[in-house]
Amino acid sequence: MKDGLPWTQDEMMTVAAARLLWDGCVCFVGIGLPSAVANLARHLHAPHIVLIYESGTIGARPSVLPLSIGDGELAETATSVVSLPEIFTYWLQAGRVDVGFLGAAQIDRFANLNSTVIGAYDKPRTRLPGAGGAPEIAAHARQTFVILKQSARSFVPALDFCTSAGFSGGHGERARTTARGAGPQAVITDFGILKPMAGSDELQLTGRFENVTSQQAVQATGWPLQVASSLEIIAAPSADELRVLRDMHART
Amino acid sequence: MGALLSLSDAVQRHVHDGQRIALEGFTHLIPFAAAHEIIRQQRRHLHLIRMTPDLIYDQMIGMGCADALTFSWGGNPGVGSLYRLRDAIENGWPQPLSISEHTHAGMAAAYTAGASGLPFGVLRGYINNDLTGVNPDIKSVRCPYTGEQLATVPALNPDVSIIHAQQADRAGNVLLRGIIGAQKEAALAAKCLIVTVEEVVDTLDAHMNSVVLPHWVVGAVACVPRGAYPSYAQGYYARDNGFYQDWDAIGKDRTRFTDWMRQKVLRVAA
Repeated sequence: MKDGLPWTQDEMMTVAAARLLWDGCVCFVGIGLPSAVANLARHLHAPHIVLIYESGTIGARPSVLPLSIGDGELAETATSVVSLPEIFTYWLQAGRVDVGFLGAAQIDRFANLNSTVIGAYDKPRTRLPGAGGAPEIAAHARQTFVILKQSARSFVPALDFCTSAGFSGGHGERARTTARGAGPQAVITDFGILKPMAGSDELQLTGRFENVTSQQAVQATGWPLQVASSLEIIAAPSADELRVLRDMHART
Repeated sequence: MGALLSLSDAVQRHVHDGQRIALEGFTHLIPFAAAHEIIRQQRRHLHLIRMTPDLIYDQMIGMGCADALTFSWGGNPGVGSLYRLRDAIENGWPQPLSISEHTHAGMAAAYTAGASGLPFGVLRGYINNDLTGVNPDIKSVRCPYTGEQLATVPALNPDVSIIHAQQADRAGNVLLRGIIGAQKEAALAAKCLIVTVEEVVDTLDAHMNSVVLPHWVVGAVACVPRGAYPSYAQGYYARDNGFYQDWDAIGKDRTRFTDWMRQKVLRVAA
C-alpha cells in the first residue's frame, strides 16, 4: 500500500463497509470490525439503525465500542434485552434481521466461512474460537456482509473447515437449502468489495479502493479472482467519515 | 430447597468428580468464584458445558478439572484465543479434552429442551456446515407438517448448573437482570442448581416479569459479593475489560498461568 495517505487501509475498509448499511436497517453484529462498522454507520448516515448483538441486546446504542458482545453498556442502552434462546429463534431464525455482519479467518470463492480450525479438526494447527452465532446468522439474516482482510492465507481455494455456509458449491446450491436469507451479498476487504455473480454465485471484485489496483487484489487471493468488467472505484474516506471514525476509537 | 450455604459447603455437597456441569452466564454474571472453589476442591473428570468457555473454563481446563467440553464459541471475547483451551485441544495439556461442538443457536435449543423436559431441541440450523460431520450429536428430523428437514440436538441436562445472580431473598428466591443469556434454561435443565449472589435481601427488587427463579428449584444459594468478577454484575460492578486483555499474556504461558492460579486462586480461602 502507498504511504503518506491521510488514512489507513483499515479505515478505508471500515468506512466502505459502513456505507453499505442504511438508516433503519436491522443489523445483527459480531464483535470486532463488524461492531465498529455498524456503530460508525450509526454515527454517520444511519442514526436509526437497529443494532442487535447476540447477547440479546436489541437496539443497543453504545457510546464507546464494546470489547465483548455482552458489555454492560449494550444492555443499558438497548431498547430490549432478551434471552439467548429468544434472540436466536424469535428474532434471527424467524427472519427479523436485515443484515448479518460477519468476520472470519478464511473465506472461499463462494463466500463460505471458516472460524473453527486451521488444519485438521482432530489435530488442528490452530484452534480458532468456533461457530458462535455465525452459522445461523449466515443462514437467516436477509443478507450478510462479510468483512476481512484479503490475503492468500485468508482467501483460500478450499476451507479447512466450513463453519458458516455462504453459497456452498455455488450455482444455486444455497437456494436449494432451508436457509432463509439471500446469503453473502458483499465481502469488504482492505482492497475493495467483492460480490457474488448471478448464476454461479462466485465472488468477483466489483469495486476497488482508489489507491490499489485490481491486479493487487487478484494477487492477494488464493483462487483466480474474477474482476468485474465495470469496476467501481470506491471513493476515499471523507473528512467527516474519518473524524467520526477516529473520535469513536478515541472514546473507546 | 434454596438452602443458604457457604460457597465451599455448596461445592462440597453438590459438585462431584465425573459430573456434567454447566457454569453459565453469557459475558455477564459468569460464576467465577464458584469455578475457583471447584478448582480449590480439585474436582476431576468433569464434563464442562457452557456456550462460551470464556476465561472461567480456560482456568478450570488448565487446572486439570475437565476431560470433556460441550461449547459453541471458545474465544476470549474481543481479545483472541483461550490458550489453556487451545493447549488442551492441540497438545493434550494438562490432559486431553474431548469436545462436543455446537453453534450458539444449537446450544440454546439444547438447554431449552433440557429445561422443558423434552428429549431434543429443534432448529433450522447447522445448514451445509462441517459441524454436522464432526459432532454425531447433531442430527435431523423431518417436520410432520411441512416435510422440512430440521436440525436436532439432544437436550442438555447437566447434573449441576451454577449461575451467579444479583439477589436472593432469605427464602432462596433468586433475581437476575441485565443480559441473562441462557441461564434460566441452564438452571431449569439441571438436576441440581447452585446460585451465587451479590447480596441476600429481605425483599427482591423485582418488577413484574422479572427473571426470578423460585426457591423450590434452587438447590443452594451462596452469598458471594463480586462472585462474577472479572465479568460483571449489572448494577453492582462493571466488566474488567483490562483483565480480559491481561489474560491473553497470562493464559498463553503454562508456567505463568500456573503461578497466577497458585497465587490468585489456590491460596485464597472461599
